[in-house]
Amino acid sequence: MRDAATADERRVETLEINVGPHHPSTHGVFRAILELDGEIVLNVTPYLGYLHRGYEKTCEAKTYHNVIPLAERCDYMGASSNSFAFCVAAEKLMDVEVPPRAQTIRIMMAELSRIFSHLFWLGTHAHDVGAMTPLFYCLREREDIMNLFELTAGGRLMPNYIRIGGVIADLEEGFVERLRSFTDAFDGHVDEYETLLTKNAIYMDRTSGIGILTKEDAIALGASGPMARASGIAWDIRKSEPYSGYENYDFDIAVEYGCDVYSRYLVRMKEMRESNRILLQAIGRLEEGPIRATKPGFVFPPQEEIYTRSESLIHHFMLVVEGVQPPKGGEVYQYIESPRGELGCYLVSDGGPKPYRLKWRAPAFVNLQTLAKMSQGAFLSDFIAILSSVDIVLAEVDR
Amino acid sequence: MNQEAIKERLVSAFGAEVIQGAVLFADQMAVTVVKDKILDVCRFLKTDPDLAFDLLSFVGGVDRHPASPRFEVVYQLYSMRHKHRFRIKAMVEEEQEGLGTIDSVVELWPTASWHERETAEMFGIEFTGHPDPRKLLLPEEWYVYPLRKDFPVEGTEDTPDLPAAQIREG
Repeated sequence: MRDAATADERRVETLEINVGPHHPSTHGVFRAILELDGEIVLNVTPYLGYLHRGYEKTCEAKTYHNVIPLAERCDYMGASSNSFAFCVAAEKLMDVEVPPRAQTIRIMMAELSRIFSHLFWLGTHAHDVGAMTPLFYCLREREDIMNLFELTAGGRLMPNYIRIGGVIADLEEGFVERLRSFTDAFDGHVDEYETLLTKNAIYMDRTSGIGILTKEDAIALGASGPMARASGIAWDIRKSEPYSGYENYDFDIAVEYGCDVYSRYLVRMKEMRESNRILLQAIGRLEEGPIRATKPGFVFPPQEEIYTRSESLIHHFMLVVEGVQPPKGGEVYQYIESPRGELGCYLVSDGGPKPYRLKWRAPAFVNLQTLAKMSQGAFLSDFIAILSSVDIVLAEVDR
Repeated sequence: MNQEAIKERLVSAFGAEVIQGAVLFADQMAVTVVKDKILDVCRFLKTDPDLAFDLLSFVGGVDRHPASPRFEVVYQLYSMRHKHRFRIKAMVEEEQEGLGTIDSVVELWPTASWHERETAEMFGIEFTGHPDPRKLLLPEEWYVYPLRKDFPVEGTEDTPDLPAAQIREG
């Protein structure tokens, strides 16, 4: 009798363990307190803020054009998506129309950064569940994309290429040819990754049925992007509310219905293929024309005009010295489909050259809130797989 | 439903004394709701079948210092079913003692939890009824509200360096 009572007492005793803030599989500086019953996770309490840099406060002290490089550092895995999101928001606020060639170039950059981000996710996620090999293959193609960024923008990780009203410079000579050879080969590369994982019995055992996030929970917790699409929600902002000319492209929304880690993997694999399709179409749609809108007082004039036309020189000078003057009292919320989901920028203007308020709706921040829900009842080892399936970038979570 | 129709629907349900200002800018409308009714209005926005705002994009704050009332709490909504968006706001006054308060909407949209915790610590607004009102991004020992407009970007002496620096200084 006494033994049984002791055993029962042991049963109710839970164990708290600490994961992070520095841990190889936390994808940044993230800390969670796990409450365990034996090997079962009872509850997860995330602690954020280790990478908080005061991004929104800093942006409110900078002019609109100065925010762009900061925005890219918010989510360094999909840098172009971030400057893209800020620029479409600012353009909506200032009523700037972007010329078609610039729109196509932006889509190229956004889709390249989506593949870029998903590749790194795939490599690190596979590594987290015990498969070392995919990371090296993924980094190989990621290097190709970085070379493409470097060729046309100069920067590798952070191209800093998109500007309010268009892009900073036209595509470098030879970019399109190299992009085409990348897209031609890329589908074959995705096949390679899939042979490593998709039907791999160990990988499927580690991920199928793990980290269940039902459709209802996904909506209630605000999940977006691949997290929502792996829970059976066919929602892609590029389709539902197209921006920058996405309505002209033919691609499918990657949806899976398993609601588990494996479904998130399948969604991201499919998205890479769809992004590749968009890139191919973008090459075909690339037409001649200006790469930046013409709107004096809001958009910088082309560099060569500054040297030859006095009006352009004046506009450039005034933009640098005084900044833009968007309508007083104007406020917009503009959002794009970033590699992680709905990336939104809420801008409030007081008529001055700096944003009065900039609120960054970071998808990784919102998606991370689902972690506790997905982990309850899972094994401790599955927790690592679940965490990596969220695809967090801590710089974006903490801002 | 377009922005004007959503606003009309709100006004017909709650009356013009609850749904006060409506500003349309760049095809996006923002209406201001009386603070005490925020939970009722949000519940209606979520449950009404024609509106069905089931996803909350974010909750944020705006500091209108030195205007009065000082703070705006902004709710950006999206409906999966109808594919429409809408933005509502509530004004929160700065209190002489203690913090301005507003009802939490976590019971309607669980995703509001982290957004409200962030808004609370950044602006000094209390969300009453929040199930877990701890700080989120800032250190527990900070008693300043960084996103307020009277807070300098470079910080004050009330914002000691990161814990590592404190340990170094002993």
